[in-house]
Amino acid sequence: MSEANTDETPVVRMVNITKHFPGVLANDQVSLTLHKGEVLALLGENGAGKSTLMNMLVGLYQPDSGEIYVKGDLVEINSPQDSMALGIGMIHQEFMLVGNMSVAENIILGMRDLPFIPPMAEIKAKITALSKRYGLQVYPDKIIQDLSVGEQQRVEILKLLYRGADILILDEPTAVLTPGESRDLNEILKKMLAEGKSAIFITHKMDEVMEFSHTVQVLRRGKSVSTCSTKSIKRVQDLANMMVGRDILFSLDRGPYKPGDVMVEAKDVVVLPLGGGKPVLDHVSFSIRGGEILGIAGVAGNGQQQLTEAITGLLKVDEGSILLNGKDMTNKTPLQVIKSGVSHIPADRGRMGVVGDMSVGDNLSMKKYRTNELSSHSVIKRNWVRKFADHLIEVFTIKTPNQDTSVKFLSGGNIQKTILAREIDSCGGILIAVYPSRGLDVGATEAVRQNIIKQRDKGNAILLVSEELEELLMVADRIAVMFEGRIMDIVNAADASTEELGMLMAGVERRNI
Amino acid sequence: MRFSLEKRDYRSKKMTILVPVISLLVSFILGAIVLSISNANPVRTYAAMLKGAFGSQTKIQYTIAKSIPLLLCGLAVGIAFRLKFWNIGAEGQYISGVIGITWVMQFWTFLPTYLLLPVGMVVGILFGAMWGGIPGLLKAQWSVDETLTTLMMNYIIIGYAEYLYINAWKAPRGNMGTILYPEAAWLPRIWGRVHAGIYFALLLVVILWFVLYKTRWGFELNMIGKNQRAARCQGVSIKRNIILAMLVSGGIAGLAGVIDSAAVTHQLTKGVNSGYGFTGIIIAWMSGLNPFVSILVAVIMASLETGSDALQIMKLPSAMGEVMQGLILIPLLAGSIFVEYRLVLHAKHKEAGL
Repeated sequence: MSEANTDETPVVRMVNITKHFPGVLANDQVSLTLHKGEVLALLGENGAGKSTLMNMLVGLYQPDSGEIYVKGDLVEINSPQDSMALGIGMIHQEFMLVGNMSVAENIILGMRDLPFIPPMAEIKAKITALSKRYGLQVYPDKIIQDLSVGEQQRVEILKLLYRGADILILDEPTAVLTPGESRDLNEILKKMLAEGKSAIFITHKMDEVMEFSHTVQVLRRGKSVSTCSTKSIKRVQDLANMMVGRDILFSLDRGPYKPGDVMVEAKDVVVLPLGGGKPVLDHVSFSIRGGEILGIAGVAGNGQQQLTEAITGLLKVDEGSILLNGKDMTNKTPLQVIKSGVSHIPADRGRMGVVGDMSVGDNLSMKKYRTNELSSHSVIKRNWVRKFADHLIEVFTIKTPNQDTSVKFLSGGNIQKTILAREIDSCGGILIAVYPSRGLDVGATEAVRQNIIKQRDKGNAILLVSEELEELLMVADRIAVMFEGRIMDIVNAADASTEELGMLMAGVERRNI
Repeated sequence: MRFSLEKRDYRSKKMTILVPVISLLVSFILGAIVLSISNANPVRTYAAMLKGAFGSQTKIQYTIAKSIPLLLCGLAVGIAFRLKFWNIGAEGQYISGVIGITWVMQFWTFLPTYLLLPVGMVVGILFGAMWGGIPGLLKAQWSVDETLTTLMMNYIIIGYAEYLYINAWKAPRGNMGTILYPEAAWLPRIWGRVHAGIYFALLLVVILWFVLYKTRWGFELNMIGKNQRAARCQGVSIKRNIILAMLVSGGIAGLAGVIDSAAVTHQLTKGVNSGYGFTGIIIAWMSGLNPFVSILVAVIMASLETGSDALQIMKLPSAMGEVMQGLILIPLLAGSIFVEYRLVLHAKHKEAGL
């Protein structure tokens, strides 16, 4: 790619942006500069604050402090309309398109300055002209749901171009694309840059940074840790190190590794997607012993969540078998799986882990309410529930005004502690934890990890899914790396290196490393 | 000055009570506007309605008798609404119940007379449960939208009931309606117009309150209604509970029909599509799905109906009762946002330092 012209006024300058969410410092004094004709890659792990930073640029969030300059002017961006007026447009990971409407209709949808009956012929001509100019092959009359994912992304790009955007933000644009489509996207970007447009793209894939960008900025835990020219990077490993960070923040107490009997065993598990196509789980096999933590590494969306849902009975398995505590539990109901001793800390804590409108006490008893401890003859023993909940609140140091407070009013960390308390308390030997520390602050993260290790030391079998290699290396005994529904390899955490795992996560076979 | 809504840190207890009360007042004001437009004196009309509903012992009895099926329908709808299953078919389930008891009363003549009423009631409840269970099954098994199925099934059963009382089951004399149930099988009156159905209704209030707030099943329904995915993760079967809740909901609506026909109409005839099932929706919503509060709301709704009957004699618009029932829902739905949000006034612009 050609060198960007850096002499002009930056098109975007974000200065010392700070943004808090309850319990989380999402962005801490982050500054960012984008020049005309430049592609800036924003690199970082999940939860590093990349999306938050960009959402402030498109008006979805407002910064707590800091300033934003667009084309030299200090601006206040309160809504996506404001950002569009400044020429900034964002393509989100999940496309915002209406499936049963045509391309042209989607492109003009929501535009305010259109006549009551839009001049469709004129609009289509303009779309065709734009798509020719940038090599974005799209037919305006096609219906969105008939298009491939790559084509839908082009529609999203066209939508922004049609509205005159010259600063494009792309959130992991290649995550959904085939390699061929990625190359096309590269060509499209080049054409747009040649016309003086600029782009920021969010990613956590190193190779994309090298391929697409002029400048790379790395965020870690809400802070900007490095900004440099892509050309100055000699090895991909340097980027990986910057992203993950070498500094281990705290150490955890853990007993010696004493694996016992096999408690979880997956044999050639296959799950096919609903509409058909590539399997989401492709002959996955592994086993976990008591007193052992098996970590699952991988970029989000490579089948980790489906794997845990297949084990917990939430997702139907098409082939293969799952053995829990020695019994075949393939395609049993979630209740049967729970009764066989499985606890589950789900990926989406707000939507799967708790009932936000119910009290902390109720949420804590959502597993044990059906046992004799908390109910008799299907009548819930309220007094026992109260004592039980107060006990868990104390043991797990859940910060809540009292047990009658609705869970949704707690901070993310305390919601997670509520789930953790319930699942660990009711655990019958097997614990499935999916992104348990995602989005939590340092203190809550430590509490979550320490509790998981405690379960291991008690002889339970634990499956820990995480996107943070740092966490897996610190907590897990063995690490399985998933890529596109397959397990690439299983390595001992003690011998594993970030570089090796990173390569496996990117789908590089072990023999090629 | 600028307004904005800010999320509260907790659900406002005060607002959960205040919102329905204020909604009721607002709907009376809106009703007054409607009355003024139609050249009626709002104060006189409301006074007449109040007198019509509570003006004498007989009128009070009428109002109470009317609130019995309304209360039952409100309870029926409330069970389904707990699961966020939008059952707007209580009307049809009610009629299904009436058809069930009428079938027994007409054709199960082999039964001794004293068994006609209890058997008829059970069959009527089962008919209602079936009519509610079908949309429940369709939703649980194939995710068929319940608002459409429950609504459409109302019209199927209304048409079928018409066919029965005009054609197939018509009494030899007269031009519509089945023959009356044997008098010995009527549900007895206990105080003027007020009949023994009130015992069933009040007993059910207590039972439902206990089931919904004290038992494992009530806990599960609450979980499903508030977060279906989380409930599923905790091992609660969504399908089973949807079907079960709709069987119970339909059964209670069927009981409403059974009681009203066994105690008041004593036959299947014109007017069986009384609208109780639809009013039940308003009752369930206004009571916040609480069985005990439903009693009060049902009486209010019944008095709006009996009150507006009295308007006819005064040559005032008798549809006013229905207008009011509908009007209550609008401020109630709009106002419920204040339970979780508060209105914040901003001075001119953003404060400094933000």
